[in-house]
Amino acid sequence: MPEQLAFTIEVFLNGLMAGVLYALVALGFVLIYKASGIFNYAQGVMALFAALTLAGIIDGQVPFSHLINAILGTDIHHFGWHVPAFLAILLTMVVMIGLAYAVQRLVFRHLVGQEPIILFMATIGLAYFLEGVGDLMWGSDIKSMDVGLPQGLNTWIDDTTFNAFGYGFFIDNLDIVASIIAALLVIGLVMFAQYTKQGRAMRAVADDHQAALSVGVSLNFIWILVWSLAGFVALVAGIMWGTKSGVQFSLSLIALKALPVLMLGGFTSIPGAIVGGLIIGVGEKLFEFLIGAPFLGGATENWFAYMLALIFLVFRPQGLFGEKIIERV
Amino acid sequence: MLYRESGDFSSTYAEDSQTFPIKFDRYRYYFVLFIAIAVIPFMINDYWVNSLFLPFLIYAIAAIGLNILVGYCGQVSLGTGGFMAVGAYACYKFMTAFPEVSMLVHVLLSGLVTACVGVLFGLPSLRIKGFYLAVATLAAQFFLVWLFNRVPWFYNYSASGQISAPERTFFGIEITGPNTQAWATYLFCLMFVIFSAYVARNLTRGSVGRKWMAIRDMDIAAEIIGVSPLRAKLTAFAVSSFFIGISGALFFSVYLGAVEVGEVFGIQKSFLVLFMIIIGGLGSIFGSFAGAAFLVLLPVALKIVGVDWLGWPTDIVAHLQLVIVGGLIIIFLIAEPHGLAQLWRVAKEKLRLWPFPH
Repeated sequence: MPEQLAFTIEVFLNGLMAGVLYALVALGFVLIYKASGIFNYAQGVMALFAALTLAGIIDGQVPFSHLINAILGTDIHHFGWHVPAFLAILLTMVVMIGLAYAVQRLVFRHLVGQEPIILFMATIGLAYFLEGVGDLMWGSDIKSMDVGLPQGLNTWIDDTTFNAFGYGFFIDNLDIVASIIAALLVIGLVMFAQYTKQGRAMRAVADDHQAALSVGVSLNFIWILVWSLAGFVALVAGIMWGTKSGVQFSLSLIALKALPVLMLGGFTSIPGAIVGGLIIGVGEKLFEFLIGAPFLGGATENWFAYMLALIFLVFRPQGLFGEKIIERV
Repeated sequence: MLYRESGDFSSTYAEDSQTFPIKFDRYRYYFVLFIAIAVIPFMINDYWVNSLFLPFLIYAIAAIGLNILVGYCGQVSLGTGGFMAVGAYACYKFMTAFPEVSMLVHVLLSGLVTACVGVLFGLPSLRIKGFYLAVATLAAQFFLVWLFNRVPWFYNYSASGQISAPERTFFGIEITGPNTQAWATYLFCLMFVIFSAYVARNLTRGSVGRKWMAIRDMDIAAEIIGVSPLRAKLTAFAVSSFFIGISGALFFSVYLGAVEVGEVFGIQKSFLVLFMIIIGGLGSIFGSFAGAAFLVLLPVALKIVGVDWLGWPTDIVAHLQLVIVGGLIIIFLIAEPHGLAQLWRVAKEKLRLWPFPH
């Protein structure tokens, strides 16, 4: 049964790659949660919004063109230019920072000191809001995203594995690039948090808001910084998913998968997000391949991650790497 | 002038502890009931029933159910859509298996089935709290939808994978199927709404409801003063799922008639009902009605203003609706975390003191 084994290894590797992408979205959640205690449900929609904005800018679309056309009766759609990918990414980043500023200024500043669950529901509202704004700004048709990332079968792996096992593994170049970028991103974030002044301030805020405030750390600035970072992570995740399967609404649903990833890894741990993402990615692909498709009628990927997290949490409520929950009355 | 308790003396305990202690409130309540039961059925047609009244009534039941769990017991659930699907599919199975039994029995039984499923998915709440629980209920949502999609027994092996309601009656009057009368479906749903609101209101002001609220406010402290978290949380899940199951059954059988589970009972439905109780007011039965009315009316109103008056394309109006709903959620959470119900309470308080506010 070496062929079956080879299939399983291929599924395992693909699961690992999918897991990296889940981890990428989960990373954005962890950043915001650690620094402000807000569980940001809108992270997935932020990825969608970032990807939409990027695709729109590259294409030279006029923002809100549909709305403008509807109100003024004009017929404008494009500026008629194409922005190079690198510049477009920078512009999108500016938009995401502006968004972070607006969100902090208009929403969460007014909700300081509210219960976490209220904040969570506010982010659900934010998710709806952003989704609507994204669609109004750039239109709701599915866009393709091309920023020059390599795509398609990796022939080198195909050849090597074919020589070794007599069966070539199908692994997408994009997934490999995504893994490398995700790894770089994590290393970068950890370095930033450990060795820069702002990073240190960020960790101080995560540790204790009031203590950080009393030694002169500006909470407002740190929160905007953290939301911008989360916006950046969302942009990267949006580029990856967008290149893989087109920029469309389902992007924000895929991001929902990041929630079980977080529950598995613990809300407060960056390594937890990575490990959780890998476990979920590999787990759901292997489960679908070995049990789901042959015995349960397929499409188990829809719920496997949530069930795994649910069962896992019953035994370990704080997740794999989360801080131990201590309750006081 | 009218709205005050002075001069309104109660001489028995029953009078003293009634739901509406103020006379004006009580008469207003009877008046609303009178309009709903005896006036509206004679005035409505199919359009009004299908676009406004049925969705409002059915969502009100779902909102009451979710409000018991989230607003009174503090257990946030994102699995409403899944539980509504349980109610719908249970109702479908009962309707096709026992055609001669009255619809009333079917709907109540599907509520009971949903209550059992709800308790099952409520079990983790004893270990998991806060958003961990919210995400865990997503497991219920996705798993249940998948189950109804993939296991042919649930949709009686129909080729399309859909379920559609056969013609069933209640005291000889057709309630489901294509040949129903507007007033019949309206009154049938209204009956369940009154039942749910009555039960929910009286449960929440009795000992069960007080236990739920104790768990919501601080679960460890509640446990210390002798509230069993196991019983309180599981009863909340059971009662809440019972109502949500009823609403799911009505949604499928009376309102839509045919259902494709992923489309109708997806995660969007869970959020919609959650938004209703946030906008309406967490921990308030009146709030459930207000929220349901608001979110049923909003799309209709937007469509009339945007599409019919201004002549915008429908997709823009749909996106604008997302923006408005999302924005409203945020505004309500910032300005009035207790929702429309709190505005109502404040208004009543003002009325009581009027015209001498100090």
